Amino acid sequence: MLIDEKLIEYLENLSCLTLSDGEKERLTADLGEILNNMARLEELNAKGVPERSHPFDDVNAFREDEAVCSFDRALILKNAPEENGEAFVAPKTVE
Amino acid sequence: MFDLSATELSAAIKAKKISVAEAVESYMGRIEKTDKSLNAFITVSKEKALARAAEVQGRIDGGETLSPLAGVPIAIKDNISVKDIETTCASKTLEGYTPVFSATAVERLERAGAVIVGKLNMDEFAMGGSSETGVYGAVRNPWDNARVAGGSSGGSAAAVAGGEIPLALGSDTGGSIRQPCSFCGATGIKPTYGSVSRYGLIAYASSLDQIGPIGRGIGDCAALLSIISGTDEKDSTCVIKEPFDFGGGFPDNANGLKIGIPRNYFGDGVDESVKKSVLAAAEELEEAGATVGDFEMPLMDYMIPAYYIIACAEASSNLSRYDGLKYGYRSAKAKTLPEVYRLSRSEGFGIEVKRRIMLGSFVLSSGYYDAYYKKALQARYLIKEAYDGLFKRFDAILSPTAPTTAYKIGENVGDPMKMYMGDIYTVSVNLAGLPAVALPCGFDERGLPVGFQLVGNAFSDGILVKAARVYQNRTDFHARKPKTGGEAQ
Repeated sequence: MLIDEKLIEYLENLSCLTLSDGEKERLTADLGEILNNMARLEELNAKGVPERSHPFDDVNAFREDEAVCSFDRALILKNAPEENGEAFVAPKTVE
Repeated sequence: MFDLSATELSAAIKAKKISVAEAVESYMGRIEKTDKSLNAFITVSKEKALARAAEVQGRIDGGETLSPLAGVPIAIKDNISVKDIETTCASKTLEGYTPVFSATAVERLERAGAVIVGKLNMDEFAMGGSSETGVYGAVRNPWDNARVAGGSSGGSAAAVAGGEIPLALGSDTGGSIRQPCSFCGATGIKPTYGSVSRYGLIAYASSLDQIGPIGRGIGDCAALLSIISGTDEKDSTCVIKEPFDFGGGFPDNANGLKIGIPRNYFGDGVDESVKKSVLAAAEELEEAGATVGDFEMPLMDYMIPAYYIIACAEASSNLSRYDGLKYGYRSAKAKTLPEVYRLSRSEGFGIEVKRRIMLGSFVLSSGYYDAYYKKALQARYLIKEAYDGLFKRFDAILSPTAPTTAYKIGENVGDPMKMYMGDIYTVSVNLAGLPAVALPCGFDERGLPVGFQLVGNAFSDGILVKAARVYQNRTDFHARKPKTGGEAQ
């Protein structure tokens, strides 16, 4: 599969990444090779085969839906790059 | 002390022959001396470990009945959360991140009296097979420091094999416990999916990830797995009903065990030394009473594509949480909200993580979803179905864990497809959610360890542990020590 600049840019946007020129060059080559290998799946006859997104059919062990206390706000904010004692701080999005 | 297994060490502590503090301090000394050459540890939490040692000693002295691992120093792969100890996933993105809670597996180990001494190096976000992609540099193989330890739980396997720690936790998404065990000569268990809680395991690919033990021998690994397994209301996918109970002892025969060998796993691309040692392991089990038959493993060409498509798709979603706002790295250059997201992620993630996020975004994107992601899920269905058929004939499937022994640091890291192909024998096990044990079974002509795996049906972990006990009762590959780290031979 041919990976071009336009596709890389599209994938950067989907992935919320901005690659350096060196990374773009490297990933263009790598993704092409990897996707060519993945394309082997085209040969697999999977007509009518169900999709399996989880190893087992018995996916969940359910529990009672009960409200319980979560973590203390101060604890959660401890790891934030920027906080004001009450909330995470982000740049203004509305002027 | 360093010759004792983890359970023997715990017994010696309970018999007052060794104190918990002595055990912890001795292993701390080992780490200090050896880790300059192995680079297996990211964080050593000496003060916390000594405080904890005193607490555990008090519980033992107070007559509390503790687990077979009470007082044993243990280290944790750095993608498993430990409260108040930095947990980085070997990524710049999580440098300085200190979890406010512990993973369920860690909590259970602490309750059982184990003493956590530090966090172990790995591939960044567990994405890799050589423990070279992390921000703290490559983990080095204790048998040859110029070679990789395997990955992604390379720090866990190297620390155990190098004698820095008796027992460790790793995680396995596509072989990340088993392959480093093979490269380092350690023993490991990838438990059945849903038998160990993933709560607190920093997610890579949620439908594949599973925490498991790495130790010197199967007895210690089984003791650890029986402690951490069991249902957990914090992880709904942990569907096991009761924790594993593997019992004790080392049976001397494998009578009645039916082993299957996939003959197409032994074709081109497998080192002769690997082939020879793995087939010798099969003979050993046959001599112990097992019946051994061979078969053609179906769908082999589709295992790597299906695994990488599914794992990367899940990773691209899981890693979208790193936004530079709530925790983790934030770019100093970012002025606007979109810049916070993009620059923090771009500066925080390494190249392998970016590669997998981009691949995941691609296979999930409009126009490509059906051809890649949907097809991979169908292949997963067929692979699971094939295993279901095989386990009507066999109790365990025996194969190499990796096609080669440990390669040189830097040798493959620039060639992602070559790296991915190294996972050929391990990834289908995760796609089908199956258990597997990884055991050392020989050495190549350079003196590097060779390993094999036994794969079982879902929740038949006990059968695998028993077979592994028989094998290790008859062989001593797991007991051999490298010069680096372990006592010089």
